[in-house]
Amino acid sequence: MALLQISEPGQSLDPHQRRVAVGIDLGTTHSLVAAVRHGVSECLPAADGRVILPSVVRYLDPAQGGSGRQIGFDALAAQVQDPANTVSSVKRLMGRRRAQVADVDKLSYTVVDQDGMAVVETVAGHKTPMEVSAEILATLRFRAEDSFDDDLYGAVITVPAYFDDAQRQATKDAAQLAGINVLRLINEPTAAAIAYGLDNSSEGVYAIYDLGGGTFDISILRLTKGVFEVMATGGDSALGGDDYDQALAAWVLAQQGIGADLNASERAAMHAEARRVKEALSSAASETFCANVAGRAIEQAVTPGDFEACTAALTARTMTAVRKVLRDAGVTKDEVQGVVMVGGSTRMPVIRRTVGDFFGKEPLTNLNPDEVVALGAAIQANALAGNSRDGDLLLLDVIPLSLGIETMGGLVERIVPRNSAIPTALAQDFTTYQDGQTALALHVVQGERDLVADCRSLARFELRGIPPMVAGAARIRVTFTVDADGLLSVSAKEQGSGVEARVDVKPAYGLSDEQIAAMLQDSFATAQQDIQARALVEARVDADRMIAATRTALAADADLLQPAEREQIDALMAALATTAQGDDAKAIENATTELAKATEPFAALRMNRGIQQALSGKKLEEV
Amino acid sequence: MNLNLQSNDFEIFGLSPRFAVDRAALDARWKDLQREAHPDRFATADAQTQRQAMQWSVRINEAYQRLKDPLKRAAYLCELHGAPIQAENNTAMPTAFLMQQMQWREDLDEAEGLADLERMADDVAATRRTLLQELQTTADDSQDWPALANQVRALMFVERFASDVENRLDLLGQ
Repeated sequence: MALLQISEPGQSLDPHQRRVAVGIDLGTTHSLVAAVRHGVSECLPAADGRVILPSVVRYLDPAQGGSGRQIGFDALAAQVQDPANTVSSVKRLMGRRRAQVADVDKLSYTVVDQDGMAVVETVAGHKTPMEVSAEILATLRFRAEDSFDDDLYGAVITVPAYFDDAQRQATKDAAQLAGINVLRLINEPTAAAIAYGLDNSSEGVYAIYDLGGGTFDISILRLTKGVFEVMATGGDSALGGDDYDQALAAWVLAQQGIGADLNASERAAMHAEARRVKEALSSAASETFCANVAGRAIEQAVTPGDFEACTAALTARTMTAVRKVLRDAGVTKDEVQGVVMVGGSTRMPVIRRTVGDFFGKEPLTNLNPDEVVALGAAIQANALAGNSRDGDLLLLDVIPLSLGIETMGGLVERIVPRNSAIPTALAQDFTTYQDGQTALALHVVQGERDLVADCRSLARFELRGIPPMVAGAARIRVTFTVDADGLLSVSAKEQGSGVEARVDVKPAYGLSDEQIAAMLQDSFATAQQDIQARALVEARVDADRMIAATRTALAADADLLQPAEREQIDALMAALATTAQGDDAKAIENATTELAKATEPFAALRMNRGIQQALSGKKLEEV
Repeated sequence: MNLNLQSNDFEIFGLSPRFAVDRAALDARWKDLQREAHPDRFATADAQTQRQAMQWSVRINEAYQRLKDPLKRAAYLCELHGAPIQAENNTAMPTAFLMQQMQWREDLDEAEGLADLERMADDVAATRRTLLQELQTTADDSQDWPALANQVRALMFVERFASDVENRLDLLGQ
C-alpha cells in the first residue's frame, strides 16, 4: 500500500540520524519516560536504575540556597516530615479551580485560587500546577537526553482520555515550560492499547480499563489493519488509587474510634501507610496498619475482605462507567475480545476479579501495568518523529466530552458531540442584533448537561472587526475546530464581505502567552540561554526545512504548476537561501513566510493529487 | 474527476450517490482515507502541508459521519438533489403519524421501571427499521426527492423520541 511520504533530503534511516523522540506518561503518582531502541520500546532508567519517577516535587526555603527543590524519590521521602511543601498528585489540580478539585481539604498541602486557577502555597511562593508538572517533565527530558547523549526532538505525552480542554492545555503548557516539543497528546488508554496491539498483534474490539493514582478511564477501541479507532471513551477524572487509600485510612480511623481532625503530617502518614497496606493485601491474607496519630500509636488488622468492603462503592463507580461506555460504543460486553488493565491500581485483586467477572474473561495483564502507557506513547512518538517506516499505527481518536455554546437562558447548544472523531470542525452561523455591531461574544463550554451552569466553562471568544451593518444582516460563520490533540480553536468570517474576524480568547483557565513567556524568562528549565542567538539558530533551521521541503515538493509534483508560479517559487527559494546566510533573524523569518505563502496553493494541489492517486487503485464498489 | 476539498461526500468516498451502502466497506474506506490524510502522517512536514492535512482529515471525518448515519445520508441526498430538508420550516406531518407521536410521549411519561422502558425502546426501534426500509425504496428505486425529504423529517421525530427513551434508560442505570 502506497503511503504519501513527505521526507526531507538528508533525512535517512541511519540510526545515527534518527530523531530522539520519547513517550512520557505524566501520571498522578508516578511518571515514566520510554523510547524505542533497536525496534523495542523500553522505559528509560535514572542513574540509580529505577524507571519510575514519583510525581512529587518538594519546594525548599529559598533562603537556604541550592537548587530550591527536590523531585521524585527524594521529595517522596520528605513528604511525611514536610507535607506542606511537598506537592504530590498535582495532576488533580491541572486545569482546575480550587472548588473543582475533589477533596481538596484532604491534601497535605495548601491550595488556593489565583487568577482563576488552583495553585499551591509553598515556602518558595505560589506554584501553579503547570510549573510543578514542568519540574517532573524536565527531569524526564534530561534523563532521555542523557540516555541518548543528544537533544530531544519531541515527545508524545499522555493524558487521561477524559481530560477536558483546560486540562489538556495545562499539560501542553507544562511541557512548554520544560522545553519539550509536544508531538501529540494521546489518551492513556490508547497508548496502552498500542503497547498491547503491537506485542499481541491482534485485531478486534478491546476495552481498556485504566485505574491510575488519580483518574479512571475506560475506553473501547477497535484495531483493524494498523488503524486504532476509538469507539467511545468515558471515566471519572477524580477517581483513582489515591481514593482507595483515603477510604482505607478513613475506615481505620473509624475502627479505632478516632474522630478528631488530623494535622497535615498525620494525614500524610495515614495515606502512606494506607498505600503500603493496600499493596501488601494484593498478596497477603492480612496486614497490620500501624501509625502514630491523635497522640497514640494505633495498630489495626486489615483483611482483603475489610479492604474490599470499605472500597466497594469506588469499584462500583468504575463499573457504572464501563456499562455506559459500552452503550456509547454500541457494543455488548460479549463483543469485547480482550480487556487491558492499565495502572498500578489494577493490581488490586478485587479489580481484576470484578472486571474479569463482568466481561467473562481474564483481563490482559502481561505487560507491566505501570509501564504500559509510557511504552505505547514511545511507539507512537517514534512513528511521529519519522523514525519508523513500515507498520506505523494510525490513531483515530475521539473528543471525550461534548462542546457547546451558551445560548439564551443559560442553556447549552451542543455543537460537537462527545465521541466525535477528531480532528473535526463544525461551523455555525451567527448574526448581529444591533445596527453597526462590530463584535460578537461566544461562551464555549464542555460537558453533557443542558445548563451552562452544570458544564465546564472553557473560554469566552470575542470576535472583533465585523463590518458594521444593519442588525441581522451580517452572516458570521464561526468555525469550531478540534485538533488531533483534542484542543479547540475558533475562527470566524463574515460571509458577505469575506472579512475574517479577529478572535480574542479569554480562557476560563490557564496561563496566557505572556505569563508563559515570563516564566521561561525566569530561567525556569532552559537556563542560561542566549535568547538572541537561539532566535537566529531557529530561524535558520526553519529556513533550511522550508527550502528542503519545497525542493522535494517540486521534484515530485512540479507539473502541477504554471511556469509563472514555478519561477516565483524558485526566485523566493533563492532569496531565502541567501538571506539565511546572513545574521538577521527577522529577515530570515520574513523570507521564510514569503516562500510559505507562495507555495500554499501548490501544497493544496499536492495533497489533493496524493489522496486521489493513493486511492485510485482501490475501487469501493463495482458499478 | 479531480478530488479536492469541495468534492461531495460520495465522491470523496468513491461511492455512487445512493442510499444503500455497505457499512463495512464504508468503514474500511474511512480508514484508508485517514491513513493518507491524517495530520499524524505529516508530523515532521512543513506547516502548510500539516494545515492541508488537517483540513482534509476534518473533511473526511465530516463525510464519514454523514455517510454512516442513514438519516444524515438521506438528508444529504435530498440536498444534493435540490430538495433540502429545512426541518425548521417544514413541520406539517400526516395526522396518523402525529397521533402516534403523541401516544408515544404519553406512554413515556407513564412508563415506570426497566421493563416498560425497554419495551418502548424495542417498539421505537422496530418503527425506525420500517421507516429506514422505506427511505431506501424512495431514494434508490423511485428517486423521488421531495418524498424522501418528507420521510426524513418524519424519521427525525422518531429518532428524537428514541434518544429521549435512551436518556430515561441512562437515568435508571444510575
